[in-house]
Amino acid sequence: MSLKFDRTRLITPALLVAFILIWHFYVTLSGISRFIIPPPLEVWDALIDLLTTPSTLRHTWATIYETLLGFVIATIVGVALGTALGKTPWLERVVNPFIVATQVVPKVALVPLFILWFGFGPESKIVVAAVLAFFPILTNTVLGIKSVDSGHRDVMTVLNAKKWQNFVSLELPSSLPAVLAGMEVGIVLSIIGAVVGEYLGGATGLGYLLVASMNNYKVGMLFAVIILLTVIGFVLYLLIGVLRRLVIPWHESAQIKARAAMV
Amino acid sequence: MNSSNAPDIRFAQVEKRFTTDERTVLAVDRTDLLVRGGEFLVLLGPSGCGKTTMLRMIAGLIRPSAGKIHIGSNDLWLGEQRNTAVTGELGVVFQDANLFPWFSIEKNVSLPLKLRGVSKSERLAKARQLCELVGIGGFETAWPRQLSGGMRQRAAIARALSYDPRILLMDEPFGALDAITRDQLNLELQRIWLRQQCTVIFVTHSIPEAVFLGDRVLLLSPRPGRIDTVVEVPFPRPRPTSIQALAEFQSIVQRLRDRLEEIT
Repeated sequence: MSLKFDRTRLITPALLVAFILIWHFYVTLSGISRFIIPPPLEVWDALIDLLTTPSTLRHTWATIYETLLGFVIATIVGVALGTALGKTPWLERVVNPFIVATQVVPKVALVPLFILWFGFGPESKIVVAAVLAFFPILTNTVLGIKSVDSGHRDVMTVLNAKKWQNFVSLELPSSLPAVLAGMEVGIVLSIIGAVVGEYLGGATGLGYLLVASMNNYKVGMLFAVIILLTVIGFVLYLLIGVLRRLVIPWHESAQIKARAAMV
Repeated sequence: MNSSNAPDIRFAQVEKRFTTDERTVLAVDRTDLLVRGGEFLVLLGPSGCGKTTMLRMIAGLIRPSAGKIHIGSNDLWLGEQRNTAVTGELGVVFQDANLFPWFSIEKNVSLPLKLRGVSKSERLAKARQLCELVGIGGFETAWPRQLSGGMRQRAAIARALSYDPRILLMDEPFGALDAITRDQLNLELQRIWLRQQCTVIFVTHSIPEAVFLGDRVLLLSPRPGRIDTVVEVPFPRPRPTSIQALAEFQSIVQRLRDRLEEIT
C-alpha cells in the first residue's frame, strides 16, 4: 500500500452520489408520477422493508439456488459435450447445424414449454437457467480445445505422449481460460434464466417478487428487488473471478480480473 | 569429437514434398547423409532451404515423401507410425521455448519424466538438478511468463535433456534472442554437450554461430533444399568465444558467406 492517497479512487463513489442526487432532484422538480420513478428515499425505505421481511430470504435463496444449480448443470454438460465436439471434428460437423439452430432460437420463448414439462416448482427455472448458460460454455470449450498451440502439440508428439496424456497435460489446461470466459458469460445468463422462469410460473423467487410488486403498483419495491438482484449478480460474477484465480493462476487474466474485482 | 555411445543417424535418399491445392513444392531433394554418433552437426542455410524440414523429419514430426531415415540400426518410421523405441532417444528444442504456461518451470522441465511414469519426488529432484545445469536455479517454482526469453529457452533445453536423450535436435533455438544472450547460451550449450556426450543437430542461419558450435557445418542450398557444402571445423574443445577473432575462424566464415551468396 502506498502512503499517498490516490484521489481517483474517490471518483466512483462520487459518481454514485451524483447519480442519486440528480435522480432525487429530477423526481421532485419534474413532478413525475411516483408510480413511474419513485424518489431515491422511497426506494431506500422499500429496500429496508424488503431486507427486513422474513420471506425475502426464502425468495432470495430460491433464486440463487436455481441460478447456481442451473449453472453447474450447464457447466458440466457444456464442458463435457464441448470437449467431445472439440476432439471429434466429424461429430462437430454433424452436430453443428443443430447447435446453431438451438442457439438462434430465442430461448426465453421456450420458457412456457419448460413450465409445461417441469411444472411450477424450481425444476423448470433450473432448466431455463441451465439452457441459457449452456451455449456460451459449450462454444467456448469447443474453441478452447481446438485452439491448442501447434508448438505445444509438437512437444507432446516428440515426447511420445499417449492420447490421454495429451488431454490431461495439454488440451484440458490449455482450454481452461476459454472455458472460464464462457462461465463468466454463463453465470449472468443463469440469473436471467432463473428470474425469467420465476416471472411466468410459481410463487417463489425474486422474479416472482418483481411481478408481484408491479401488479400491486409497489414501484419502490420493484426498484428494491432490482437492486438486490444486481448485488447477487455482482457476488456471483466475483465468485467466477475467484474461481479463475484458483483454477488458472498461471493465466494473465487471473491477475487482471483480480485487480478489476478489487476496484 | 565426443567419445559417445550415441547412435548414428542415416538419411538414405530422403525426399520431402509438400503438396498444396495448387502445386507441389520440393522442400528437400533426394539427400544422403550420415550424422556420426556424438557429433555436433550444424545445418546452415537461408530461409526456405529445407533445414527445418530436415530437422523435423529426424524428430519424427513429418514423414519423408521418399527414402528412409535410420537411427542406429532402426527405421524411424514403421509405415505410418513413428517408431517410438527410436523417438524416445530424441530430445528436441524448438525456436519458441514452447513451455506450457500452466506448469511451473520445474513441472515443465520434468514433464517428459511424468509422461514416462517416473515418480514425483524423483522427477522434481531431477528438475532441480537440470535447472542448476542450465543456469536457472532458483526459478523452479516460477511461471514461464515470469521468465525472460533467454531463461525460457534454457528451461526448454533442460526439458529436452531431462530423459537423457542420446540425440538432441535444435531448431534455431536462440534465433529470437539478443546477441549477448545468444553468445552466452552458445557457450553454455557447448559445455552441456561436452558433458552429456550426445549427438547435436543444430539448425541456424547465423554463419558465426554455425562455425563456433559445429564439428561439421552443412550448408544447404534453397529450392529445392539439398546439401551444398560440408565444412569440417577443426578448433579443439572447449572453444572459448575468443576463437571468433582468429584468422582461421574468420576465413571459414568468409568461405561460407561467399558460397551462400553464390547459391542464393
